[in-house]
Amino acid sequence: MFGWEFPPHITGGLGTACFGLTKGLAKHGLEIIFVVPKAYGDESQEAVRLVNASEVTVDIDREDERSYWDRVQYMEVGSNIIPYVGPESFENLTEESKRATEKFQSRVFSQKFEFSGKYGSNLMEEVARYALIGSSIATKQDFDIIHAHDWLTYSAGVAAKETSGKPLVVHMHATEFDRSGENINTDVYAIERRGMEMADRVITVSNLTRRIVIDRYGIDPNKVFTVHNAVEPSDKPDLQGFEKAVDEKVVTFLGRITFQKGPEYFVEAAHKILKRDPNVRFVMAGTGDLLNKMVLRVAQLRMGDRFHFTGFLKGDDVDKMFAMSDVFVMPSISEPFGIVPLEAMRSNVPVVISKQSGVAEILKHAIKVDFWDIDAMADAIYGLCHYQALSNTFIRFGKDEVDSLKWEHASLEVKKVYESVL
Amino acid sequence: MKSICFYFQVHQPFRLRTYRFFDIGRNHFYYDDYFNRMIMRRIAEKCYLPMNEILMQQIKEFGSRFKVSFSISGLAIEQMELYSPEVLESFKKLVDTGNVEILAETYAHSLSSLKDAAEFERQVKAHSEKIEQVFGVRPVSFRNTELIYSDNIGAQVAEMGFKVMLTEGAKHVLGWKSPNYMYANAINPKLKVLLRNFRLSDDIAFRFSQQSWSEWPVTAEKFVGWLDKINPNEEVVNLFMDYETFGEHQWASSGIFNFMKALPAAILKHGKYSFSTPAILAEKLQPVSAIHVPYPISWADEERDVTAWLGNDMQDESFAKLYALSETIRNSKDIELMRDWNYLQSSDHFYYMCTKWFSDGDVHKYFNHYPSPYEAYINFMNVLSDFQNRVNKKYPDTSKMFQEVAEKSGQIVKQIGNQANEAIEDLTAKAKSRIKRGEESIKPVFDDIKSLSDARIKKLIKDIEAEDLVAALKDAEQELVNKVIPNMSKAARKKYDELEQNLKIKKSQVNQIRKTIEEKLRGLI
Repeated sequence: MFGWEFPPHITGGLGTACFGLTKGLAKHGLEIIFVVPKAYGDESQEAVRLVNASEVTVDIDREDERSYWDRVQYMEVGSNIIPYVGPESFENLTEESKRATEKFQSRVFSQKFEFSGKYGSNLMEEVARYALIGSSIATKQDFDIIHAHDWLTYSAGVAAKETSGKPLVVHMHATEFDRSGENINTDVYAIERRGMEMADRVITVSNLTRRIVIDRYGIDPNKVFTVHNAVEPSDKPDLQGFEKAVDEKVVTFLGRITFQKGPEYFVEAAHKILKRDPNVRFVMAGTGDLLNKMVLRVAQLRMGDRFHFTGFLKGDDVDKMFAMSDVFVMPSISEPFGIVPLEAMRSNVPVVISKQSGVAEILKHAIKVDFWDIDAMADAIYGLCHYQALSNTFIRFGKDEVDSLKWEHASLEVKKVYESVL
Repeated sequence: MKSICFYFQVHQPFRLRTYRFFDIGRNHFYYDDYFNRMIMRRIAEKCYLPMNEILMQQIKEFGSRFKVSFSISGLAIEQMELYSPEVLESFKKLVDTGNVEILAETYAHSLSSLKDAAEFERQVKAHSEKIEQVFGVRPVSFRNTELIYSDNIGAQVAEMGFKVMLTEGAKHVLGWKSPNYMYANAINPKLKVLLRNFRLSDDIAFRFSQQSWSEWPVTAEKFVGWLDKINPNEEVVNLFMDYETFGEHQWASSGIFNFMKALPAAILKHGKYSFSTPAILAEKLQPVSAIHVPYPISWADEERDVTAWLGNDMQDESFAKLYALSETIRNSKDIELMRDWNYLQSSDHFYYMCTKWFSDGDVHKYFNHYPSPYEAYINFMNVLSDFQNRVNKKYPDTSKMFQEVAEKSGQIVKQIGNQANEAIEDLTAKAKSRIKRGEESIKPVFDDIKSLSDARIKKLIKDIEAEDLVAALKDAEQELVNKVIPNMSKAARKKYDELEQNLKIKKSQVNQIRKTIEEKLRGLI
């Protein structure tokens, strides 16, 4: 399995999804070699490193862990592939980082990305290098099927298939259209398309994504299957002592602050609500290229004392954030799946999600609005803040609903896909 | 003899710690103690202590011929007390020589003069008190935060009793005029105004160590040469700058300390110049004209205006939201809130949010510990939110409450008024219709008897036969009967009692008799 990030070093939903998926597959008796690109400092001479259980800090209980690591081999590949960064910004980042390593402050990348000066500054070159490593792994390791997650790893998957002749499954977590709207990067599009054409099976995370794959990439519908993501049952019950310290209701946005996530609709809806009811606080957690624009807009609307920014949240802080929230909003313009609302519901937070998200296909107990309909969004948020019966209903049924969405079930679907090509 | 007036600004803000959304409502300590202490100690060692030492030597050497002036913000004094009391001691020694004047300013080095006259006055008073308490002298000259000045601010300062105020000799205000004279406030000419000679001041403060500058290196002799070029009729050269210029902005290695050691001797050498302080100049010099400054100016940036602190949305919002609390806090007299109120007002917080990076970006970056103005804004707003909560919880907005009560009582009054109006209209309508129905209805009727005085009733019934009376009172209201009976003569009463039991009479007859009585009644009224 080729991925690009793995807990605890995650920047988005993909790492969590891969972890859940491998865990589920391990439970169904499959064995997995997981390959992840990772940026090293100068010490890394070897291209591939086998990582054993003791070196990886993953939050699962002991017993679970042991059986998990019995079946999963974790490999890190020396590469500076950065999740969620397109070729253009990749170049900017590496350039910038070369110029002034010290002044490089962005929180998303600082912990993940340390430029060593050894790697190519062109992302496409990196992808090609990763593909080379993919094919070399394919010759050395013993396996039955290749599974590649998102475009950065597709070339590696294809190379592995060509070397080994084993069937290839590619997993579409997000398409280039989701990331960039209509102004797509054609190189990325080409890699995605080639990956899916070469693959024996394509797994999409929602029917929404399946449609895009079929309509815009011209992939044969017969080999495209939807497997909805799931969510791990909450394993951190020890936050009960943590309560919010403000009197107002707290409405939260959590995600990368980028075009795809629709942060501006959240800001505008917040403004509508605050005009009527000042006793609500809004929190925008995360970071991204639209952060500064959002900050300015909030200041322009004069609601800075009611609208807060937290920057990138990790680990405990995410759970703390949910513990403090009364409503969670995901106004994504285009979201192949969207796992965060599930995490919110798991933490007893009612959610408002956009109809343009894959997760809307499977959730019943969530308020669904069009991302552009800020009036409806404001209505929904206001309702969940003020009508106790409504929010209680959503909390109770939402929790049940999420608890039934298990990776165990989702990975069984994936296993079925595997079996169809073996 | 031309006067040279040195003035140094000493200020350190209480910088905020990273205050996150999670801290709101949970943690009310806002300051980065470690960072503030570190900076204070560093500047104390690099600038305050060595430079104070140099000034002390000069005063020892030249006595009262050498003079300088300082303004030290309340926040800077507090930090010296906390982190480096020896600096405060050395300032005290300087002031004790009598050759160092301490100027008044706002306690928090705040922008209150631009927004809130009452708060401005409170802070100026608080600062003067602090200065008096620490140095034992009460300031008589005034300089506002970052030399911010306008006609109105000047007028308010004059109102507070100061004789002279310092500001920037901004080009767009002076035009062809020279900053090297004494000017006066345009509204209240009693306030004298000293203008900074920005060219000569910045030659020391900014350009001193700039090796790309054609005049580099600057020596004391060269500097005096520039002074000599100034028209001999001009009266004063004002050299105003940050005290941190010495050793912090211009490092010791640039030779700034040696320059300052040599400068007084070079200036005093030919007897053409004398050192002075604003208070002395205010006594000595007469204003040559009023200076018109309709819009606030300052000594900051190329623009010499207040856009370093205010102007973009982030600055404007946070500034307005902060000062919205002003009155409540001032009225509260709450020591803890007042402390944070002072610290949060310091102009630096707004400076950090400045987005005009182009002309003065370097200077801004130098003074800013936030990675970007956005971070500065986010952090400040988080702190402000918590502060708002504390203020509002402790002192619920009374004006708002009053407004609410007033609104509610207004509604009630309106309701009452409406009801009263309705009732009055109703009654008038009834009266009108009654009048319309004719004269008759306002004629006295039988029932009106009960509203007559006893004497009148006596008169009325005096010559009515008892029989008639009985008949008339039959079926009449009890109240009326009770009124009439006691007024009957004894004889009539007796007869009435007899007849009352067994009188049979027709309704028409009763009406007949009642009518005659009514006739009589009319005569009576």
